[in-house]
Amino acid sequence: MSKALLYDSTICIGCKQCEQACATQNKLPYNDAIAAEEIQSDHKMTVVLTRNDRFMRRLCMNCNEPSCASVCPVGALQKTALGPVTYDASKCMGCRYCMVACPFSVPKYEWSKLIPKVQKCTMCPDRVAQGKQTACAEICPTGATKFGERDDLIAEAQKRIRDNPGNYVDHIYGLEEVGGTSVLLLSAVPFETFGYRSNLSKDPMPMLTYRVLSHIPDFVPLGGMVLGGIWWITHRREEVALAEGHKPVAEKKNGRKP
Amino acid sequence: MTFRTMTSPATAARTNFKFTFWKLVFLFLMAAGLYATVIRFTQGLGAATHLSDQFPWGIWISFDVLCGVMLAAGGFTLTAAVHILNIKRLHSIIRPTILTAFLGYILVCAALMFDLGKPYNIWHPLIMRNPHSVMFEVAYCVMLYTTVLALEFSPIVLERFNLQRPLKVVRAILIPLVICGVILSTLHQSSLGTLYLIVPEKLYPLWYTPLLPVFFFLSAIAVGLAMTIFESSLSSKHFGLQLELPVLQELGRVLVVVLGVYAILRFEDLANRGALKLALHPGYEMYLFWLEISLCIIFPLALLLQPRVRSSANGLYFAAVLVVLGFITNRMNVSITGFEGSTGVRYFPKWTELAVTGAIIAAGFALFGLAVKYLPIFPKEEAEEELVQEPAGQSANALPDVSPVMEHAGD
Repeated sequence: MSKALLYDSTICIGCKQCEQACATQNKLPYNDAIAAEEIQSDHKMTVVLTRNDRFMRRLCMNCNEPSCASVCPVGALQKTALGPVTYDASKCMGCRYCMVACPFSVPKYEWSKLIPKVQKCTMCPDRVAQGKQTACAEICPTGATKFGERDDLIAEAQKRIRDNPGNYVDHIYGLEEVGGTSVLLLSAVPFETFGYRSNLSKDPMPMLTYRVLSHIPDFVPLGGMVLGGIWWITHRREEVALAEGHKPVAEKKNGRKP
Repeated sequence: MTFRTMTSPATAARTNFKFTFWKLVFLFLMAAGLYATVIRFTQGLGAATHLSDQFPWGIWISFDVLCGVMLAAGGFTLTAAVHILNIKRLHSIIRPTILTAFLGYILVCAALMFDLGKPYNIWHPLIMRNPHSVMFEVAYCVMLYTTVLALEFSPIVLERFNLQRPLKVVRAILIPLVICGVILSTLHQSSLGTLYLIVPEKLYPLWYTPLLPVFFFLSAIAVGLAMTIFESSLSSKHFGLQLELPVLQELGRVLVVVLGVYAILRFEDLANRGALKLALHPGYEMYLFWLEISLCIIFPLALLLQPRVRSSANGLYFAAVLVVLGFITNRMNVSITGFEGSTGVRYFPKWTELAVTGAIIAAGFALFGLAVKYLPIFPKEEAEEELVQEPAGQSANALPDVSPVMEHAGD
């Protein structure tokens, strides 16, 4: 079954241990200066934001039907059955369409490197495959970030809202956004406060392009037939005109017709 | 068209060579481009561009790729008109049009080598396939269509060297080749619009529409026609050829219809989506929207609907330039302006980005000039005297008044 993360910002104390654990797990540098950066970047895959004494994590949502994986021309990004959306730098050619397409603007690029790669949280795919928790969930001292089965976590999130309706905005972010994500968020204040988009469709984004793309196999033989047919007719006219002995006047008439 | 013998053009070029204004401009652009290229490939994208995590696609995608492919659309429009619709009168301008298209696609591929983070992996889509990706489809179509264009262009080279056997082969497969070219072009011209269908929450509603693929395709046809008018007019002045005015008038009429259809669809779509009020909502986006609409719809239609303008060489030329500039603005709006609101950052290209783009355009002009000089691009009877006597670079000098718009002809 699909794994997920539930982050309950009302329990978070903003200790940023998840940031540090994430950096260690992904072999990225981490120090006080980096801890102070409140923005996801090529060296910071998850970030704890602070707004008016409220905390909120930002990380890759690991969508159920990710835009990034759908747009990647070489399949460097993949949604795994367990939940994580993984990235294979050796396949990547650096077109950066994933960065344009991501509805959460998550993938970041190593702009300063000569051989750059995309950086984003991949939900610790190796750990998850071994049956372990993600690094951020394992380290979390308060249980604000919790790892588990997606269905169980949804039930738990709903229960928390039901039990303490005053504590939460009545919304599980990630339950339905872009067809659901493997990261679920609870908050006491509107999610827009932390830059989460509220205008996202409930339908998976990849359908927007696939609806068009899926017509191509039909279009090719049809287009070939129509064009071939037109060619046949226009050239037949010319042959007939020649055979009937007058100069190809017909072509002038054709010429008028765009 | 018959094979044209050249009276040692190399000698002619050498004896005539001197530094003219346009040659200096060309050398300056190439030098700046070379310097920028060194920065790009020794220090990376960060040092060479103003791209950022918020703005991952800049002018190399917006102009060099999106506009480049659009400006090369004359290739499929004209081959379809001549070979499929059998409009023989257009035959005389088909070679320069195919040359423009072929050069355009080569330059698009060159620009991609700058923009891709790992250009040496550009061949990956060949073996790593993701049929759900629009980018994958565009990559395949552009690759295949460049091959088709190379084959459509090959008779010109084969004639030059009098290689009769391969010439026969190419001529035998010409019609299937043209049909493939039209299908591939239809697919990827529209797919460049489809690329943006996946970002409804990021792209400003004046430009985001489910009809993006239709608009990109229609405007490619309009620009294909406009570029053909533009480049025929320029060539006739440059290379002293007789202007095929009746042919251009024909294209002008078709252009009116295409623009009309585009205009109606564009505004119907805005109205249906309730985005029309944004067109009157003062702001950055509104101004650039009306700049685009004025250049690609209002002014050209106002001009071309007057028979007096439509039948004059200068009127057609001016209208064509407007259409080209208008749809360049459109592509820039879709890919840059439309994103600035949602990303919260303003993007303006760094000098290195502009230098590379400038060098690519300059290379386009130089290659066009060289091809005209050494290959039978224009019909023999009109071309011979002028071409042999006057090298292309020098005759460019005769037209300083058109210089700003010439920028886009080679792309």
